[in-house]
Amino acid sequence: MGKKILLANDHIEGIRFLDTYRKHGGYASLEKALKSMTPEQIVEEVKTSGLRGRGGAGFPTGMKWSFLAKPEGVPRYVVCNADESEPGTFKDRYLMERIPHLLIEGMILSSYALGAKTSYIYIRGEYFYVARILEQAIDEAYAAGLLGKNILNSGFDLDLYVQIGAGAYICGEETALLESLEGKRGNPRIKPPFPAIAGLYGCPTVVNNVETIAAVVPIVNEGGAAYAAIGVGNSKGTKLISASGHINKPGVYEIELGVPVEEFIYSDEYCGGIRNGKKLKAVVAGGSSVPILPTELILNTAAGEPRLMSYESLGDGGFATGTMLGSGGFIVMDEDTSIVKNLYTFARFYHHESCGQCSPCREGTGWMEKILHKILHGHGTLADVDLLWDIQSKIEGKTICPLGEAAAWPVAAAIRHFRKEFEDFIRNGEHVNDVKHYYRLNNLTALIN
Amino acid sequence: MAKVTIDGIEIEVPDGTTILQAARMIGGDIVPPAMCYYSKLKTSGGYCRTCLVKVSKGSEKDPRPMPKPVASCRTTVMDGMEVLNITSPEVLEARAGVVEMLLLNHPLDCPVCDQAGECHLQDLAYEHGKAETRYEFPRREFEKIDIGDKVQLHMTRCIMCFRCVKVADQITDGRVHGVINRGDAAEISTYIEKAIDNDFSGNVIDVCPVGALTDKTFRFKSRVWYTKPVDAHRDCPTCSGNVRLWYKGEDVARVTARKDTYGEAEEWICNSCRFDHKKTSDWVIEGPTKVDRHSVISANHYENLRMLKASIDRQRESLPHGDKVNLGTGALDPNNEEK
Repeated sequence: MGKKILLANDHIEGIRFLDTYRKHGGYASLEKALKSMTPEQIVEEVKTSGLRGRGGAGFPTGMKWSFLAKPEGVPRYVVCNADESEPGTFKDRYLMERIPHLLIEGMILSSYALGAKTSYIYIRGEYFYVARILEQAIDEAYAAGLLGKNILNSGFDLDLYVQIGAGAYICGEETALLESLEGKRGNPRIKPPFPAIAGLYGCPTVVNNVETIAAVVPIVNEGGAAYAAIGVGNSKGTKLISASGHINKPGVYEIELGVPVEEFIYSDEYCGGIRNGKKLKAVVAGGSSVPILPTELILNTAAGEPRLMSYESLGDGGFATGTMLGSGGFIVMDEDTSIVKNLYTFARFYHHESCGQCSPCREGTGWMEKILHKILHGHGTLADVDLLWDIQSKIEGKTICPLGEAAAWPVAAAIRHFRKEFEDFIRNGEHVNDVKHYYRLNNLTALIN
Repeated sequence: MAKVTIDGIEIEVPDGTTILQAARMIGGDIVPPAMCYYSKLKTSGGYCRTCLVKVSKGSEKDPRPMPKPVASCRTTVMDGMEVLNITSPEVLEARAGVVEMLLLNHPLDCPVCDQAGECHLQDLAYEHGKAETRYEFPRREFEKIDIGDKVQLHMTRCIMCFRCVKVADQITDGRVHGVINRGDAAEISTYIEKAIDNDFSGNVIDVCPVGALTDKTFRFKSRVWYTKPVDAHRDCPTCSGNVRLWYKGEDVARVTARKDTYGEAEEWICNSCRFDHKKTSDWVIEGPTKVDRHSVISANHYENLRMLKASIDRQRESLPHGDKVNLGTGALDPNNEEK
């Protein structure tokens, strides 16, 4: 059994509520921090822990915190990015609906460490009921003196608000999130300046993912060194993985970074193998925007080493043969999956979610979707595959925010690793391994005798 | 002061200058094209991505190159920065890609568009685009919308540069003009087609790089290349009164702001000057103007045909068998109307 840190208590009934949460050691970190630690010490602990941003980019959190500008007389803000919209990712939702106080405790700790007096949790519109859970928990915390003025008689004040977005993927990009939080159209800002210098309302701001902020709690409680002892290489601690797709046990798993991918897919502790005894075809390892990898490359690196669930191992080989850990949205596809159909779904999503500010993404995402739609309906030509490749190369790295890359990478990877399948699809239509399964998927049950 | 090198040309500029501004100080071919940036509008730029350049050296202190191409209009120079624009094939390739994207949903209705001849997109496509499109799907279309009684919005031609939105934000009071919808369905709109009703609303026409916002008092009156620009001024209580008149024969066909080399208005003018004073007697004439850059016609790009002929001549001379290809004299000479 791997060590669980964030989800150690998620099975306890009523852990949602303050009493139960405190009974199981909740808010001990906060008491420890406010009584015996200075803000700088907390930042140091986070640096020591080697915690990296869990939202997808994997930027070292301690370093991000130390970049925060601290001009005199200007408020600072801590914003929690709970706009979890990456297809295949649902770990933050699980964490927030199960143990909302873990996030709140993390927010208070982070705000104390960074000197923020007002903090926000920006949550996506579709998580309306989760926002209610958070608000209930915040009310409990206010009533218990854990939020508001003079928290636990330490002289530290903090107000924490939940802001519900309107359900736009782009608002998960930190500057678009800040625009939206300010009440404007959720368009990403042009960087620099980075939020650490000029973020919310032009003030220095730190934006962190839910899981990152929650991880601050055990780091403060047990010390950064204890956290850093878990994991492998520069991938420290544990990571929540949202496992979905054709596996026996989909769900949210907390893993110690460094678990072999093969073990994660096939062991009963985690995914429990491929559904219906099928063979593995491909895996999208970190949410829909990271490159898809075929079986041989996801289980082993190009050099033949077993691939591990860690930032470095999944990234091994660059995008030619590797991928990214990303947000931990682990989508498994069995041998019956059509990569062409899958890619169309992703392309449609990115087209729908493009904000429309900069031209390569606004026009290019729609173009890619239309070409894939054409291929899917049997009107594709072999030249379309090259065209798709060319379009994605014209989007990647040319846009204001990473949505351009997020839209381009899946297309690039699908063509890189499954070019033959695209060509077969164009020449012969879809290849189906298991006809009965295909009929079931497409509501053609009458055809099964 | 910061020293920056653009395509091997060094210039010293004040701190806080953007790469694009520095390039404009140098001038000439190395100036990146800009479709959305407008020096008179705060926070403009960064959207169209045509001005992408490669920073091969970040600064004297941190000489690392920047990993991705950057928008030169929104990137400030650092001391010792080295920038590649037309000397980098990668940048030219990226720019050609951006031009293709911009033209993707553009109707290319230049023959019936009032902006033709002074359209920045036309120039951009001419200079950086390809002769044919690879896009085979229907382009987006919109109904024409009247914004007040003098301005017409034809979203079909819009390339989403956001300049008019910035004008509405920054030089006119009471914003009723913005962007609705998302992605490639995004459109410029006044809130439920509410008319923009203020003294400076006409400036949205001048900032529009394409024919999306046009002057209803001039629509379909004349092709711009049949009109002659003349600088003039009048004593206007609202604005500076410094304008450019466009004559067709003896009549003032339209009034616009004076524009600089990069097609940007030098001063904003009021609606009264623009729409209501169209008689020569209203104005003190200063003299004719040369429109030097932003027009395919005025810049006489068709001279390229002459260069093409010279190049063919050169190739013909270098053929081993001598003069084998005979195009006929003057076949490519634009001044040759007889043959």
